[in-house]
Amino acid sequence: MGALERTFGRLRAQSRRAFIPYVTAGHPRPALVSQVLAALADCGADVIELGIPFSDPLADGPIIQRASWTALQQGVSPAQVLMWVEDFARGRETPVVLFSYVNPILQYGPESFVRDAASAGAAGLLLTDLPVGADPNLESRLFHRDVDLVRLVAPTTPPERAEEIARAARGFLYYISRTGVTGPRPELAAGLRREVEALRAHTRVPVAVGFGISTSDQARLVAEVADGVVVGSAIVAALGDGGLEAAARVAREIRQGIDAARD
Amino acid sequence: MNRATWARSESGLDGWFGPYGGRYVPETLIAALDELREAYEDARRDPEFRSELERLLRGYAGRPTPLYPARRLGEDLGGVRVYLKREDLCHTGAHKINNTLGQALLARRMRKRRIIAETGAGQHGGAAATAAALFGFQCVVYMGERDMERQALNVVRMRLLGAEVRPVSAGSRTLKDATNEAIRDWVTHVRETHYIIGSVVGPDPYPRLVRDFQRVIGEEAREQILEAEGRPPDAVFACVGGGSNALGIFYGFLEDEDVALVGVEAAGEGLSTGRHAASLVAGRPGVLHGALTYLLQDGSGQVHPAHSISAGLDYPGVGPEHAWWKDSGFARYEAVTDEDALHAFADLSRLEGILPALEPAHALAQLRVEASRWVGRSVIVCLSGRGDKDVAEVASR
Repeated sequence: MGALERTFGRLRAQSRRAFIPYVTAGHPRPALVSQVLAALADCGADVIELGIPFSDPLADGPIIQRASWTALQQGVSPAQVLMWVEDFARGRETPVVLFSYVNPILQYGPESFVRDAASAGAAGLLLTDLPVGADPNLESRLFHRDVDLVRLVAPTTPPERAEEIARAARGFLYYISRTGVTGPRPELAAGLRREVEALRAHTRVPVAVGFGISTSDQARLVAEVADGVVVGSAIVAALGDGGLEAAARVAREIRQGIDAARD
Repeated sequence: MNRATWARSESGLDGWFGPYGGRYVPETLIAALDELREAYEDARRDPEFRSELERLLRGYAGRPTPLYPARRLGEDLGGVRVYLKREDLCHTGAHKINNTLGQALLARRMRKRRIIAETGAGQHGGAAATAAALFGFQCVVYMGERDMERQALNVVRMRLLGAEVRPVSAGSRTLKDATNEAIRDWVTHVRETHYIIGSVVGPDPYPRLVRDFQRVIGEEAREQILEAEGRPPDAVFACVGGGSNALGIFYGFLEDEDVALVGVEAAGEGLSTGRHAASLVAGRPGVLHGALTYLLQDGSGQVHPAHSISAGLDYPGVGPEHAWWKDSGFARYEAVTDEDALHAFADLSRLEGILPALEPAHALAQLRVEASRWVGRSVIVCLSGRGDKDVAEVASR
């Protein structure tokens, strides 16, 4: 069993939902990464999604685009991100899922990347532009016993395809709450409960929901239907505007929202 | 596999050109790409679709375009029989209209009434806006801020056609970033929107769909050169940014194994300066905008901004089918600097009274570089667009 399944298993036993914050590695400054990760863990993160910045993040909205740009301007590379993961994993149990796009991983070498990610202590890898079945050869080259390839299901995914993705899922299944790029939205998509429940019927892995969740109220509503709540842009924006303190405040609010969810 | 076999295979039907192509996109778009793939398969087999497209190309876009023997240019090159395929005479001034009319018909079949497009030089944006006006669609065009400055005329034109032009201020503020933004729009509004990609790039089925809509260039050119010369040409030259005019004309001669196919990229300020757009000549395979293809990138997979005087070639990727053709040797790829393209622009203007767009000026420049090889023989250059849009840029040099 991988670190992700263990974490979700423990939470399930406690009837709790996972808080999964996202930050872009190296934003706002590379020197802060260790403190950012530690602060997120201290604020109750159960899993951390750590973004390896890419020059052309076409699934991301303006906030994460800017964060990626800032990180790249300061020379952040995939190898550097793996070193940060290694430092963090030495002192903490919180699993880290690396979040990126295909090209940086392809250039690093897919087999080497997952091997190095595993030895750094990463628990998962999520590539937003590698949908299930798009490149079976690359998908198999990215296989590693200790690094789960986390897959996404979108609101536009047809039911048969969603079932196929759900059946093959490892670690957790990431449900995109609405069409669009990452970034805060005032409203949650209608039908979220129905969609998530439909997915659950086909998989034994937990289902986390992300995209557009930025307030503790939204986090509570999502936590009522899902096993985990992913919050990215709201934390990244706070980190960029107000630094560590501001980001920690947002993270604590989201955590409270999640814990206020009724079963 | 040789060229003729590739031409006769239903090439790219599975979304792959050798190892290149694919669908590296967010999950949200997969259903829309499947829908488009099906709509296109249906349309291809529907005689009604084909005849409607043909009627539009004839009556509206002005096809067939002439194959013009450029005698004064040919003499100046030392005695080459040069023919220009005059895509610059198409409605809207470039070959882009061939594709946008085809895709607008597909959008109508899919009952999508909102069109989005990316544009570099503004030629594709203009052609998309034109097709949208003709079909009564809403149209949003994404364009890099830097391109909006250097192609101001085309911005005005798109707005006159009723399109909304949205400036893109991210990254290099050119075609690459406009494409990112168009994809983000599509991910957000995918249910009601059709994305008209302007070149043979992007995820499957775009590279083959755009190629097929541009094959009319090569089909006409082959017929026309047989009429003029009684045989196929010795070489065909076309510029390559994404590479749609090149694939379009090359396909006409793919089975004529003796015809040299020469794709010409932008070497910008020179390949050694790093400021260029020669993805095939100087790049490495990687994934951008949904496809595995040759890219300009650094060692950790970050995409390099491209550079070219020509906004239409200023793109760090290239169509995946070209990547496959390069590896297979089906075509030869070269690169030409800004400076040489400007000379070729001036030459054609003065010798033939034709202002070429800066994009095909690259193809003309490459012909001059290797003219001695073609003396006494016949060559076709795809004159993919007209140069009116570039007058200010050229005058400023």
